[in-house]
Amino acid sequence: MSLLEIRSLHVEVEGKPILKGLDLTIGAGEVHAIMGPNGSGKSTLANVLAGRPGYEIVSGSIRFGDQDLTALEPHQRAHAGLFLAFQYPTEIPGVSNMEFLKAALDHQHAARGQPAMNAAAFMKQVRSLAASLDLNPEFLKRGVNEGFSGGEKKRNEILQMLLLAPRLAVLDETDSGLDIDALQTVADGVNRFRAPDNAVLMITHYQRLLNHIVPDQVHVLAAGRIVRSGGRELAEMLEAQGYGWIDA
Amino acid sequence: MSESTVEALVGREYTAGFVTDIESETLPPGLDESVVRFISERKGEPAWLAEWRQNAFARWRGLTPPTWAHVDFPPVDFNAISYWSAPKSQPTGPRSLDEVDPELLRTYERLGIPLHEQAFLAGVVNPETQDGEAAPARRQVAVDAVFDSVSIATTFKEKLAEAGVIFCPLSEAVHSHPDLVRRYLGSVVPVSDNFYAALNSAVFSDGSFVYVPPGVRCPMELSTYFRINARNTGQFERTLIVADRGSYVSYLEGCTAPMRDENQLHAAVVELVALEDAEIKYSTVQNWYPGDKDGKGGIYNFVTKRGLCQGDRSKISWTQVETGSAITWKYPSVVLRGHHSVGEFYSVALTNNRQQADTGTKMIHLGRNTRSTIVSKGISAGHSQNTYRGLVRTSPAATGARNYTQCDSLLIGNHCGAHTFPYIENRSATAVIEHEASTSKVSDEQLFLCQQRGIDAEKAVSMIVNGFCREVFRELPMEFAVEAGKLLEVSLEGAVG
Repeated sequence: MSLLEIRSLHVEVEGKPILKGLDLTIGAGEVHAIMGPNGSGKSTLANVLAGRPGYEIVSGSIRFGDQDLTALEPHQRAHAGLFLAFQYPTEIPGVSNMEFLKAALDHQHAARGQPAMNAAAFMKQVRSLAASLDLNPEFLKRGVNEGFSGGEKKRNEILQMLLLAPRLAVLDETDSGLDIDALQTVADGVNRFRAPDNAVLMITHYQRLLNHIVPDQVHVLAAGRIVRSGGRELAEMLEAQGYGWIDA
Repeated sequence: MSESTVEALVGREYTAGFVTDIESETLPPGLDESVVRFISERKGEPAWLAEWRQNAFARWRGLTPPTWAHVDFPPVDFNAISYWSAPKSQPTGPRSLDEVDPELLRTYERLGIPLHEQAFLAGVVNPETQDGEAAPARRQVAVDAVFDSVSIATTFKEKLAEAGVIFCPLSEAVHSHPDLVRRYLGSVVPVSDNFYAALNSAVFSDGSFVYVPPGVRCPMELSTYFRINARNTGQFERTLIVADRGSYVSYLEGCTAPMRDENQLHAAVVELVALEDAEIKYSTVQNWYPGDKDGKGGIYNFVTKRGLCQGDRSKISWTQVETGSAITWKYPSVVLRGHHSVGEFYSVALTNNRQQADTGTKMIHLGRNTRSTIVSKGISAGHSQNTYRGLVRTSPAATGARNYTQCDSLLIGNHCGAHTFPYIENRSATAVIEHEASTSKVSDEQLFLCQQRGIDAEKAVSMIVNGFCREVFRELPMEFAVEAGKLLEVSLEGAVG
């Protein structure tokens, strides 16, 4: 059974149609990349999956496992195993990263009827994840994303993904603004995450991310619909020819 | 996302809003000399105090209510208020716990304030559900319970007496320790200090008196729990705390009232005196009924609190968590007279729905090398208005005085207001005064980030607000810090929809 199944999805933002009949199926164990020019609806897709308010589904369906994703509140989608790595992670001053991570994990465990992780095991895991992502453990005491560089914020998103171990991770332009070393670190994190029972949906403008995280499928999104799907060679073609040919 | 997830901060549950059905002796509404005399007679007060009250009443009649605060309410009809209400079973204050009316004991049990001499938890938060919950480390706290106009019980008096600490209702101290009361009553807040302080001086009903002798570290936290029960009644308690040379005392107060549609007046006076090397730590968790979501009912909390650092190297620290009351008008202050004395003010003021708060502090530097710290955290939600008003004044003699002020506002939603009025009057050439201020908003992005990680919106707001208040909560005694966090959560209930 597919993990995510989107059928003829139409989405409006502030009354303006953005997605106009999008179909997408992702199976367990797969990595999909969605590419497309600016304004094609890439980030709208990410936000609508996570249930961000303001993104209105006009018609179509989204099934996540055996659930109707559109019927769930944003936090329930997280409990169901959907994770969004934000394009622009926001700051929460005064709430430490450690506290935030623990609260997130505890809420997800509780919602699934799992026992809470004890504090010592939690600390150990978070520290080890931070080390693997080249994040100074001091960051755990700081406010959520407070005073982080762009690269640190993105690595923090990957840390949260690894900690929360979702079934589907949606990465919204996680590669943007990263230098080559940070890109490699983030890609290593994602590759470590890949497993037969989960899936990754990468949204990106550039092909370079796909050199580090090799996708099973590449989709081209234009004007709110997927206009072409293929293997990695599709991304290389985009890199060589740009998006201009899509309109044809 | 205009009417967004952050909006709709309504529907708070006020769990302390029940009424105790008890027969009370209540004066008819109205205020004149005979009412003031009635109170003196009821309490069998000595002539000097009866005169003091009459003098205050005369002064009060010449004063007008202050209008400079950033709050808006119809004029209070002071003749529509009753100035005396006491449970019939207990007209004159406590004798022993065995004699306290069981109905009153049950009231305090429901509020989470057991009046037997055992461990106690503040209970201003969610008294109905406290039974059976895992309580944080409990320790002994002595309680004075004030019900409408009278103190109904004071616990641990004997144990405190062993240490030489006096902790009793003020009306009792007038008889048992007349010299101390006479020396210090009105010494920090003069009778004509302001309109509400003068009114309180004329009609104050009861409150707590604390005296800590020289060199004594008070062996337990002291606490007064104020409860307004009767309808159309004002509460005018008066608290006086004197810390003699080299002594230390930590004092907590909590307040609740039933839910009623009409507004009720609470005009208290608190005076603190710290002699040489003494330290007083005064913490408040104020949860008077705030009115309903449309602003109907609720307590008018017009309070004068002031501490005098009389001796050198003395220290007075105010910590307040203000979540209740329809209107709050309150500026716990410190007069730093002793050289090297220290004043502190840590405040969290949260307003929701139609609440209005105008609160802050005054730090008056008179002595050399005096230091003061002000940390104020204002949180506004719903349609509320939240104002910080603070004065830092240094006299020419206050050489080397230092003040640090940090004043932060947090907005939740788009219909509330946060205001800051810092006043600095510096006459000391060598003083150093620092002021930092910030205003921020709980944003939809922050909430969505939390939700995306599995934390529901209500919990997320509470987590963000608690993070914002951390510096102040750190100053509270541990049990109160736990309570305060929970109280914010309850007060923000319905903050997001």
